[in-house]
Amino acid sequence: MLLHELAHCRAGDKGNVATLSVFPRADADYPLLERELTAARVRAHLAEFVGGEVVRHELPNLPALQFVCHQIVDGGVTTSLALDTHGKSLSSRLLALEIR
Amino acid sequence: MMTTRIACGAGFSGDRIEPAEDLLRRADAADLVLECLGERTVAQAQQRRLADPALGYERRLPARFERLLPLARAHGARVITNMGAANPLAAGRVTRGILDARGLGGRVAVLTGDDVLDVVDLDAPAWETGRPLRSHGEIVSANAYLGADALLPALDADVVIAGRVADPSLFLAPLAQRLGWALDDLPRVAAGTLVGHLLECAGQLTGGYFADPGYQDVPDLDRLGFPFADVADDGSAVLGKLPGTGGVLNRATVREQLLYEITDPGAYLTPDVVLDVRGVTISDDVRVAGARGAPRPDELKVSVGYRAGSKVEAEITYVGPNAAARGALAADVVGKRLAGLRVRAEVLGGPTDCRLRVAAISHDPAVLERIGDEVESLFTNGPAGGGGVRVHVTDVIGIVSTLVPRAAVRPSVTFLEAPDAAA
Repeated sequence: MLLHELAHCRAGDKGNVATLSVFPRADADYPLLERELTAARVRAHLAEFVGGEVVRHELPNLPALQFVCHQIVDGGVTTSLALDTHGKSLSSRLLALEIR
Repeated sequence: MMTTRIACGAGFSGDRIEPAEDLLRRADAADLVLECLGERTVAQAQQRRLADPALGYERRLPARFERLLPLARAHGARVITNMGAANPLAAGRVTRGILDARGLGGRVAVLTGDDVLDVVDLDAPAWETGRPLRSHGEIVSANAYLGADALLPALDADVVIAGRVADPSLFLAPLAQRLGWALDDLPRVAAGTLVGHLLECAGQLTGGYFADPGYQDVPDLDRLGFPFADVADDGSAVLGKLPGTGGVLNRATVREQLLYEITDPGAYLTPDVVLDVRGVTISDDVRVAGARGAPRPDELKVSVGYRAGSKVEAEITYVGPNAAARGALAADVVGKRLAGLRVRAEVLGGPTDCRLRVAAISHDPAVLERIGDEVESLFTNGPAGGGGVRVHVTDVIGIVSTLVPRAAVRPSVTFLEAPDAAA
């Protein structure tokens, strides 16, 4: 099953850092997301786009997982050569991750 | 308990105007904030100011104010905006002119002092790269993110115009003024900053960046309404949008905006407070509470703009059977013809409908032209069936960041009175 079935996601950007906020559609699925969606898996899934470290913050009371992705490849809104200079579409790319 | 209503009528420079008109007509908000200044926008505005000293404010200011100020004056809402961009005083004079031409009276306040180009040490390292600021290119602007303390003295007016102010501070300052908060009252300053952070992107809170048909359906997205907050003097807040508007405002949209661009949920730096959102709760009726704060940083963040050259983007489309292979061949051909230049070439889209996109940044106009020409020449020098060539060239302003001590930044407020009031 795709992560998209269980969660929604919003991307944000600060320089060449991207934030990816992941929220379960049903609160009850948060533990599953916490288990499956490790920083390493997110890093591997987005390897083509994220050059640096991925840090995960857990926010169980929202509930949400916040991924902070460093060194977006060709990143930096201002001088990027990418079509999506902000990396806005990374949110949808992440939702294509396969979840057990 | 005392409460005040604050609304957001624009979340970026190109935002729609109708939702703000609707808020002014029907929301009975004490304050309407128009947030229109992105990181690069101020550097681009600075270039317009260098070309013409009467310009350099947000280009859409006249169009926005021609429509909004008559309503704001009729309904008694104070308007607060960062549309001053690189020239707040010129923006103030234009605003004064719009009010006077319609006999609307009112007092205009202008906040200046965010421009710190003559203060900032250009040999200091940039956050992003560690290299000296001046090594990135010709520096064109340096603007400090002012806080609520700088904005507060400007609020004794009907229209308040600033340049670079931290986005949440545009909301925190009027909340603090109306609810009698001290700016060292950390729980309330944190609460007000949270409200500002939630409102600052306008429609992004109310379903304007949320719809995913079949999964997250947003009713009447074409008539998207913008948000407001009813904030109590204890800092608690209930979010809302006008009845009859499109969009959706619920826990899901609020938590998306809550974490938007937050790189450390325990320590979101603003000029007013270090905000901790980890304990924030959002009820089903979109009441928000639980923000915590630590004392504000000693230094202010500065965005430094530099000329990074120009960017060319050139594209051509291939469709039908074997389209992807023809797109890949086109990319290969262009790559060989442009050998030695730093170019990004990619084939976007699916197997039967794809688009070759070639992009590059250069300071040399001849290089930019050559890249565009090589893509266009694929018409008769490339694979079969290419079409839809577009070549687009834009100036590029790069942005890097640094810090300045608060003491080096001197905010100042200028009031522009109505002619009869001044007489």
